Amino acid sequence: MHPLPIDNAVVDSCRALAARVADGVQAFIDAHTTVSIERTVLRAYGIDGVDAEGTPLVNSVVDRALAAGLVGDGVALYLGRLLAKGAATPQEAAEELAWGPAWPADPFAEPGSPTREAAVAALAPHTQAALARLDASRARREADRARLGTGPHPWKYVIVATGNIYDDADQARAAAQAGADIIAVIRSTAQSLIDYVPYGATTEGFGGTWATQENFRIVRAALDDEQEKLGRYLQQVNYSSGLCMPEIAYLAALERLDMVLNDAMYGILFRDINPRRTLCDQYFSRRIITRAGIVINTGEDNYLTTADAVEKAHTVLASQFINEAFAHRAGMPDQLMGLGHAFEIDKSIEDSFLLEIAQAQLVRQIFPRHPIKWMPATKHKTGDVFWSHRVDGLFDLVGVATEQTIELLGMMTESVHTPLLQDRFVALKGADYVFTAARHLSDEIVWNPNGRVVARARQVLAEAHAQLEEVAAEGMFSAIARGVFADVKRPELGGRGLHGVIEKRPNYVNPILDALEGRS
Amino acid sequence: MTQMIRAYGDRKDDGRIQLSFTLPVAPSARAKEAARLYAEKLGLRNVFVATMEQAGRDFSFFVVYGTSDIALDFSSIDVPEVTAPAWGFKEINKIISEKIGRKVVVVGACTGSDAHTVGIDAILNMKGYAGDKGLEAYPWIDAYNLGAQVDNAALLTRAKEVGADAILVSQVMTQRDLHIDNSRQLIDLANKLGMRNLMFLLGGPRIDHKLARELGFDAGFGPGTKPSQVASFIVAQLVPH
Repeated sequence: MHPLPIDNAVVDSCRALAARVADGVQAFIDAHTTVSIERTVLRAYGIDGVDAEGTPLVNSVVDRALAAGLVGDGVALYLGRLLAKGAATPQEAAEELAWGPAWPADPFAEPGSPTREAAVAALAPHTQAALARLDASRARREADRARLGTGPHPWKYVIVATGNIYDDADQARAAAQAGADIIAVIRSTAQSLIDYVPYGATTEGFGGTWATQENFRIVRAALDDEQEKLGRYLQQVNYSSGLCMPEIAYLAALERLDMVLNDAMYGILFRDINPRRTLCDQYFSRRIITRAGIVINTGEDNYLTTADAVEKAHTVLASQFINEAFAHRAGMPDQLMGLGHAFEIDKSIEDSFLLEIAQAQLVRQIFPRHPIKWMPATKHKTGDVFWSHRVDGLFDLVGVATEQTIELLGMMTESVHTPLLQDRFVALKGADYVFTAARHLSDEIVWNPNGRVVARARQVLAEAHAQLEEVAAEGMFSAIARGVFADVKRPELGGRGLHGVIEKRPNYVNPILDALEGRS
Repeated sequence: MTQMIRAYGDRKDDGRIQLSFTLPVAPSARAKEAARLYAEKLGLRNVFVATMEQAGRDFSFFVVYGTSDIALDFSSIDVPEVTAPAWGFKEINKIISEKIGRKVVVVGACTGSDAHTVGIDAILNMKGYAGDKGLEAYPWIDAYNLGAQVDNAALLTRAKEVGADAILVSQVMTQRDLHIDNSRQLIDLANKLGMRNLMFLLGGPRIDHKLARELGFDAGFGPGTKPSQVASFIVAQLVPH
């Protein structure tokens, strides 16, 4: 691949500015916890199950801590106290916290109460076991991947969205048999807005299927079985986003998912989730995701569904720099950052194909180690499925010519319905043709230094740099409130879930986070 | 006067059509014959199975051609269509300023669990759709885009607060006819709250004027609708006759 002749000093400067943006938020993140982070800590200690109304035990515990005003201590402190007092297991301790006597206002006032140190000491073996569970899941996945191997890039990524997990599993198998490398089960649309993770296998959803631990297992089991028959490792995707972002990250890690959609900006802009809440949640979730070796998919491609893809292309690039900076602060290596972008330029514009190539190549070379995720046209598609199929052909060509890592295949029925089995088949067959026919095209392309593609790439980079300067000057929260990204305005104190953001107190205990941050 | 029509493929009235579908069996001579018989049972003659592809271990994808003798009298088909003048941006603003004399207030949202704002954004946002400016860009229209996943009750409350003339509802998700239930509930609620005097417009890829009218809306707009078409309809209803 020959790089576009751009000024690398501008790229370096973009990274430095993005670092300033992320640092500006990191202090807030480090000083706060959230109800979903605390629930994730409980899940990591093995707390499982729901009550008769379907409320997860982890919610019952954290809701009580919230009512007692004690979340700022970290629920692990209270779990550890009960373990120090003789609870047999974390599960037993959690049940007492949820359903036992009321929580004391000052837990350390009672005579003979275990100290903070005693609580932490009692948690230590359980913390080790929690990390060992994550590591074992990672080891199993990596062994399977190494043994069976994955196909060449771009990896072919398709979605299933039936609402019924058993149909999803069948559709996932059929897609894999037709050549898919990666299967994403689309979530039920309202799930990002509910503050708990549903439980068990589900057969009814809206525009997708509920993300639950059991549903993850069902699809993974189907792929485990299918990949042995096909002799090719199959990757599974779900959504670590919305109000339960870190909890889903943990469940995904445990159930050996390969990728998760994980991007606070997406939740802020498109689901009106409170910015403070989801940036804190994102940090903790990325710590888990990093430990688990899962690839994240970020959602910058979505900006171009609300903002214009020609005028606002630079916002995608600027946001990718910021997303990278946030991920680095969670210890994530570049190899796990599936930064997103999309083929969303109006197809009636002359040379739109050149503009798409410029952007795709620019992103590819600026983020060389990152498994970049290339998204298809959605906005400028119609019910003319034959025309849409042609659009996807050009999209596939840009994908292979610019060496994208992950390609979510376009569906010719994009604007008609969630994909039918045959829609995925036709998309996979088309992509196979283009990828095979143009496998080494990128080796042959040398960019005209005075041409349209190079000029466009330089322009987008310069505009992204200017925007990062603005955002670095005013701060991330202010920029989001002003509608800098996707033309959507979200105030720092607006949106859903702010009540679940709590300042950490000096006593705050979270041995899981300490371990993930490498402090124990 | 009757006007009989048939599908037109190669020659007038040949009735030739194509279709594609999947059968849950692996490709085989039997599977191909099954596809042919299936198409015959759909009423096609001269069925030609153009391709049979393996779409999965136990799935075959077919593209099939055939001819149909069915003919329709086009003149007997009656479909209510939205009747609105084809006014443009400038004309609409001029009519509002001269004949209504105050700003027209429009509130729009994707309701229920629907998170797809593409449709409502195309109509309301400044940018508009296909070169046609969105309602936000009209100096004589106050447009409020409430975004996605808006509760029906919240939509009506907001409409009351801002004194809306018209309510725009976008429904993209159609799984298990969710869009129909949700839209009907909005009209029921508006009736209960005594707000049915406002104009209610429904839009989405699977919406047409007929369906919208059946659900109790004043008008329905399908795919490809431009913001100026919606604005023209609203303004034409509001102009005193």
